[in-house]
Amino acid sequence: MAERGPLDLKTQPGFGKVALLCLFLLYAPILILMIFSVNSGSIITHWEGVSLHWYGAALADDDFHSAARNTMVIAISATVIATLTATLAAIGMTRVKPWRGLGAAFMVINLPLMVPEIVTAIATLSFFALVAGKLGLNFGIGNLIIAHTVFCIPFAYMPIRARLEDMDLTLEQAAADLYAPPWQTFRRVTLPLMMPGVFSGMALAFIVSFDDFTITQLVAGPGQTTLPLYIWNQTRRPMTPEINAISTILLLISIIVVTASALIARRRKA
Amino acid sequence: MPEQPSGSAIAIRQVSKVFGSGSDAVTALAQVDIDIRANEFFTLLGPSGCGKTTLLRLIAGFDYPTTGEIRLYGDDIAQLPPYRRPINTVFQNYALFPHMTVAQNIGFGLEMLGRPKAEIAARIDEMLRLVRMEELKNRRTSQISGGQQQRVALARALAPQPKVLLLDEPLSALDYKLRKEMQLELKRLQHETGITFIFVTHDQEEALTMSDRIAVMSKGRVLQIGTAHDIYDKPAERFVANFIGETNFLDAEVTGVDAATATVRVKGTTLQAGLPEGFRPAGKATVVIRPEHAELEAGGADRGTLGGLGGVITNVVFFGTDTHYYIALDGGGDFMVRRQNSRGTAAFASGDRVGLRIDPGAARVLRD
Repeated sequence: MAERGPLDLKTQPGFGKVALLCLFLLYAPILILMIFSVNSGSIITHWEGVSLHWYGAALADDDFHSAARNTMVIAISATVIATLTATLAAIGMTRVKPWRGLGAAFMVINLPLMVPEIVTAIATLSFFALVAGKLGLNFGIGNLIIAHTVFCIPFAYMPIRARLEDMDLTLEQAAADLYAPPWQTFRRVTLPLMMPGVFSGMALAFIVSFDDFTITQLVAGPGQTTLPLYIWNQTRRPMTPEINAISTILLLISIIVVTASALIARRRKA
Repeated sequence: MPEQPSGSAIAIRQVSKVFGSGSDAVTALAQVDIDIRANEFFTLLGPSGCGKTTLLRLIAGFDYPTTGEIRLYGDDIAQLPPYRRPINTVFQNYALFPHMTVAQNIGFGLEMLGRPKAEIAARIDEMLRLVRMEELKNRRTSQISGGQQQRVALARALAPQPKVLLLDEPLSALDYKLRKEMQLELKRLQHETGITFIFVTHDQEEALTMSDRIAVMSKGRVLQIGTAHDIYDKPAERFVANFIGETNFLDAEVTGVDAATATVRVKGTTLQAGLPEGFRPAGKATVVIRPEHAELEAGGADRGTLGGLGGVITNVVFFGTDTHYYIALDGGGDFMVRRQNSRGTAAFASGDRVGLRIDPGAARVLRD
């Protein structure tokens, strides 16, 4: 173990209490939400007993099915396209001779992270309205896939780029030295070694798309309700623990995706 | 085609390498000419920044010369990418593929060359035997020690039977004992495979013990090429004399020159000193004498058999096998004498007056 420096936060007085408070504020509401998802009563703040009734109600709901299907179609498509694009961008920006526009290109790729989401949402909405009005084009759910792909790219790009930058460049030289032409070097050495970064990027992109609300809310047309929009609509009616059940399902899917990608990344690294 | 001595594996002709351009330009190599013979253990020796690694990278193909030619058995390969050169490299950090097993690493080159599976498998086993690693065949490279990784890196580079093997300071990450062991191992491998080795190091002792011939480099230039004996006994320039082993520098006056030697006067003593090839000094010159080529004589009143050279011992340092005597010469200047302790001759102490007897043929004039 490393020696503890004088600035080690863990040795400061009150560290434990602050940490506990932070953990409480972060997770207590979620915990309460999960507990009330198995409430048998119909009021979300009044506990009556344990039951999986509301999970059954949620899973039997056709609107929920359609929202879940939309969410999956959008999230998976956006994740695949964004990850492919981000992978190419990361290779193009770490495996080339430095050029003048490199810094600018980096900023452009990451700009969606810095632009307030509501601005992007309004801009995307007006863009699709323009395309529909002037060109008569409407891609249906494709509009949402395009919008999601765009904001997913920087999330997928970050871990892939980090992985490529960490990678020892002499490994690629060694492959070339051992008679591997550029494509083989990429396929046999660069790609397998960057896969943990690609998996992290995919997981992030998926989660970001999966729970996006602001942009989806503005861009979505009729019949394009996603799970976050569905939950939002539910809150405008008298709320039942069904909403807790749906939220818990969403949370579990997120946890499964992140855990799976972390496990794959760790196994790849070993 | 420019003439190339027969049997020369690599001919480097007027190779220069300039990094950057304009006022930022840095010359890493300046008109380097080297001939490396087939089946030779050739070492590029020099301090960091002397251009030895740049030259190795040019031979490997990781970089291209600004001017000049690199010939491999007569063919100019200077502009070929690395994967088209029958040359393999052992990297300083080994650069083993972490996602492959030991066997997969060793087989990679042959696989890329499209050799049949059976041949690759047989060659992997042969290489594992050669570097004595049979039992680690299916390990991941992250599960083996530094010394073992070194052997795998060697096996991987030797497996495709390259015409030339490049070694970029491959022993620098190993501890002293393992390094000694690997020096012998490398000599054995070179002998058994008959492949031309080009070895880069900044460690002069490593260069002297392993190489058939050595090129001493400094500031992008090759100063001297020769056998370990040539480089040690007949340094041509101050940098070479200083970089390889320890030595004494003395100011001298040249009084006569014949074919291969000069007559010089050093502090009133007349010595015969060897000359670098093709060098005819006149007037002032610098003479070098290795510390083991001088013997101490007690008293020093008559100043030794050659007369003239003597002084007072200022410091005595014991090194186990030998002892170093530091002497302040009469008339200025320092001189160090190394005496083997097994000689059993009388010991000298700090403050003693001594005369110096220089071994015949030990003094050399430097080109400076």
